Amino acid sequence: MSFINYAAREINVKIVYYGPGLCGKTTNLQYIYEKSNPQQKGKLISLATETDRTLFFDFLPLDLGSVRGFKTRFHLYTVPGQVFYDASRKLILKGVDGVVFVADSQEARMDANIESLRNLDENLSENGFELRVIPYVLQLNKRDLPSAVPVDELYRVLNFKGEPTFEAVATQGMGVFETLKAVAKQVLYELRRR
Amino acid sequence: MDSSLVMYEEEFERITQLLNRLRVDASAKIVFLVDKNGQQIAGAGEIDQVDTTSLASLTAGNVAATDGLAKLIGEKEFSILFHEGRKDNIHISIVGQRLILVVIFDERSSLGLVRLRVRKASSDIERVLSDMELKAQQVGASNMASPFAEITDEDIDALFSE
Repeated sequence: MSFINYAAREINVKIVYYGPGLCGKTTNLQYIYEKSNPQQKGKLISLATETDRTLFFDFLPLDLGSVRGFKTRFHLYTVPGQVFYDASRKLILKGVDGVVFVADSQEARMDANIESLRNLDENLSENGFELRVIPYVLQLNKRDLPSAVPVDELYRVLNFKGEPTFEAVATQGMGVFETLKAVAKQVLYELRRR
Repeated sequence: MDSSLVMYEEEFERITQLLNRLRVDASAKIVFLVDKNGQQIAGAGEIDQVDTTSLASLTAGNVAATDGLAKLIGEKEFSILFHEGRKDNIHISIVGQRLILVVIFDERSSLGLVRLRVRKASSDIERVLSDMELKAQQVGASNMASPFAEITDEDIDALFSE
């Protein structure tokens, strides 16, 4: 749910990065944080365990510039990917405007991808959203790993509505900004439609 | 569910006035209003001393987690959270089910005073909030164009041009 502030001439939207544990959601945000101008970005907040696993969420506020005199502020969140943190994932989806699903390309993580996608669908419905209509982008991460499943196969299994799909190596930044742009565009188109 | 929260100049000023008055009445350092999704609405006091965007997002996360805890034990909500520090304290309360009012104060004030003043201010803010929602509905119904209705593809592309 976006927040349009006519007084400050700002529009705030919320993007959530979703996906199975260790798929690279936090890495996406870290790369965006590193590569953005200091004027564009706020602090990157990570609520993580001692072993650097996301415990509650990561948060990065990002200004993308102005559209029609309104500043566009994107709030990027990740969810904790580990299965048992489901209650937290549900909370973070509240008021979401767009979702990025980060899939782990490794063969051994195929079941985890499918399970996480199903979980996203469920948790969105519980929050009153529909995966079929919400702005949504698929990222196939870890393309550099030798055990990566071919893109065609991942696409067949994980892409379900022809959503924009990007290959990525988040640790090196490949595909990271392309993914962000694609979801941000969809969210802005959605605002126009309303 | 997918209705945006829309705030116009007039309501923004009314809310900012209310927050300023609460800050003085409660002898607080900072008074801050956030929506439950973590969007910052307005603030008063020494807000340039803190990272308000982070404050907003963490407050919303905190309230969301506490709401989850409440539901687990069969409570509707915990409407007030209080964090006590060595110097500064944070008082967090829910306003009109949709907003979160944050008051940061030190030894110049007290929990009792803050609670008292927050109660009064909350009902005033609630009134503005319901006016805001009514106005958004009316504007929506009268089909007044949103500033985004006329965004072109070029406008959107321009955001990502660098």
